[in-house]
Amino acid sequence: MNFKSIGAALALAALCTSAGADGHGGKVKVGMITTLSGGGAGLGIDVRDGFMLAVKQANTDALEVVIEDDQRKPEIAVQLADKMIQSEKVDVLTGIIWSNLAMAVVPAATAQGKFYLSPNAGPSALAGKGCHPNYFNVAWQNDNLHEAAGAYAKSEGFKNSFILAPNYPAGQDALTGYKRQYGGALAGEVFTQLGQTDYAAEIAQIRASGADSVFFFLPGGMGISFLKQYADSGVEIPVIGPAFSFDQGILQAVGDAALGVKNTSQWNKDIDNPTNAAFVESFQAEYGRLPSLYASQGFDTANLLLSAMAKADVKDADAFRAALKAAEFDSTRGDFAFGDNHHPIQDIYVREVIQEGDVFTNKIIGTALSAHSDVYAADCNM
Amino acid sequence: MTLLLFLEQVLNGLQSGVMLFLTAAGLTLVFGVMGLINLAHGSLYMIGAFAAAAIAAATGSFTLAIIAALTAAAAAGALVEMVVIRRLYTRDHLDQVLATFALILIFSEATRWVFGSFPLYLDIPDALSGSVRLPGGIEYPRYRLALIAVGLTLAAGLFFLISRTRLGIQIRAGESDREMIAALGVNISKLYTLVFALGAALAGFAGALVGAIQSVQVGMGEPVLILAFVVIVIGGIGSIKGALVGAVLVGLTDTLGGVLLPEALRLFMAPSDAAAVGSALASMLIYLLMAVVLIWRPHGLYGMRA
Repeated sequence: MNFKSIGAALALAALCTSAGADGHGGKVKVGMITTLSGGGAGLGIDVRDGFMLAVKQANTDALEVVIEDDQRKPEIAVQLADKMIQSEKVDVLTGIIWSNLAMAVVPAATAQGKFYLSPNAGPSALAGKGCHPNYFNVAWQNDNLHEAAGAYAKSEGFKNSFILAPNYPAGQDALTGYKRQYGGALAGEVFTQLGQTDYAAEIAQIRASGADSVFFFLPGGMGISFLKQYADSGVEIPVIGPAFSFDQGILQAVGDAALGVKNTSQWNKDIDNPTNAAFVESFQAEYGRLPSLYASQGFDTANLLLSAMAKADVKDADAFRAALKAAEFDSTRGDFAFGDNHHPIQDIYVREVIQEGDVFTNKIIGTALSAHSDVYAADCNM
Repeated sequence: MTLLLFLEQVLNGLQSGVMLFLTAAGLTLVFGVMGLINLAHGSLYMIGAFAAAAIAAATGSFTLAIIAALTAAAAAGALVEMVVIRRLYTRDHLDQVLATFALILIFSEATRWVFGSFPLYLDIPDALSGSVRLPGGIEYPRYRLALIAVGLTLAAGLFFLISRTRLGIQIRAGESDREMIAALGVNISKLYTLVFALGAALAGFAGALVGAIQSVQVGMGEPVLILAFVVIVIGGIGSIKGALVGAVLVGLTDTLGGVLLPEALRLFMAPSDAAAVGSALASMLIYLLMAVVLIWRPHGLYGMRA
């Protein structure tokens, strides 16, 4: 029965594409599926706000955006994608934050001829063998920031790291990514539970391990808990992590405990280029808060789409794809280019958490990896 | 692993156990006395943490924050009991689950609406920050020691309340025969509101205490709620003593399992695989514990209804 309905959906989609030409000629309809409620809502809200800021600044009526909340649930994301493709007849999908949701939605959407622009999730399966001509990742491949942390640890001369991450695919990828660039010995390797809030046991292990550095990937609330408890434990071993535990949205909740911690990111508000300066200023003016890396990714995604729309009609899929691939837009990150697997080739920076007045934020202190791509690109044939 | 590290992990397990007890105590009281499954108990935990964070940010005082957490959670509990829960006592458990699940959604979105989607900041008071050196040389955070002490004191207080006071007699009587104590002239609806508010206050208190070392965010109550249900099933539904024993068992199993299993597997596995497999097994341990207890004692360790 499922196969039948998929068949029917495909037939319908085909009908719509042929009939759609007079429906909205040079116009593009975007379906944004992102997380706007529940625990992970901060990320989705930032991506949406960044995206909509760029749309507002473009001041065009050729772009229509439909936004829906996936509640961080794969089955809801799939339903929304079906609805957007079949009844809203969108041309482009975007917005998904989490890799497990992306894996549920992206392959089906691209197989139906839709474009998908990822503003966040970059699972390895979509970068290597599972790459698709209609899939573009505007943020990073999942391993990238962890690889940068490993490269930084190596350059700092750390030789005995204690590493920890939650026991789920992105957590395993994180530790693999760190080890790929780090190359030193490990004082310990621990998988915590997803959603774990108490890290006393792990911190005791860190204290006893004799490590010279700690690498952790604990996104969102998990990272807040870890950093607060780590700071209070009196363990003085330096900590390194990817930007996900140090974004603008959660730094205020960590407070003093994060000060001085080094973290890796492809974006920061002090990257020196006119696009970024204007973005940071207008985001603050529009929403009354500092942008996070997620907001910058949403903003870049929208500008990439707008740049492609200026060059090609979305109905001419080949031309539109080539226009996306060219990535001729002003990125908040400065230079931006896609590799052959449609994932970014970009610099990844080391940031340090500082305090500006009452606000905790990051400043760039160095570059961890230059013009970095990903290891999965070699497996991608398209 | 050295003996000292092991003892430190036992303390960690004990600490997470007593905090779990504060949440489970309210849940088991409400289930035992009123026969109500309250899925929204985790929301009361969250309300406590948010109230504490808001008041701490406004006044800078941790004591006021704790008072605010107790008050807000008790008030929310009493209000919910009077407006919604009261209508559910005579309905079956499925209706209760549906209605209290709806309450979770309402509380979560309302909290997000008031406080925004980003986690709030709540820190431990200066007097309790840092660590102390225990006899034997264990460096242990002062705040966690305080949590153990507070948790055990409250547990003792609850025992006293249930076994020695008039209110305790009424609660125990309500548990065994609610028509009878109503007939004896006890205002049963007032008693129920009181018990519900007491359970809510305990949950809110735990939320505030734990929120200081964790992340105060929407949805923080649900993982705790699941653990609390495991605790009361292990301990025997309705039993405060069971909740304490169950909570400490779950805390110790969870903490020590997560540490010891990967260590044990490392003896015959690559470190990286041992970490992954050990962690996966450790996350199942408390449910295995629950299954074993239920096979051994189908009504839980201290379950009363045989």
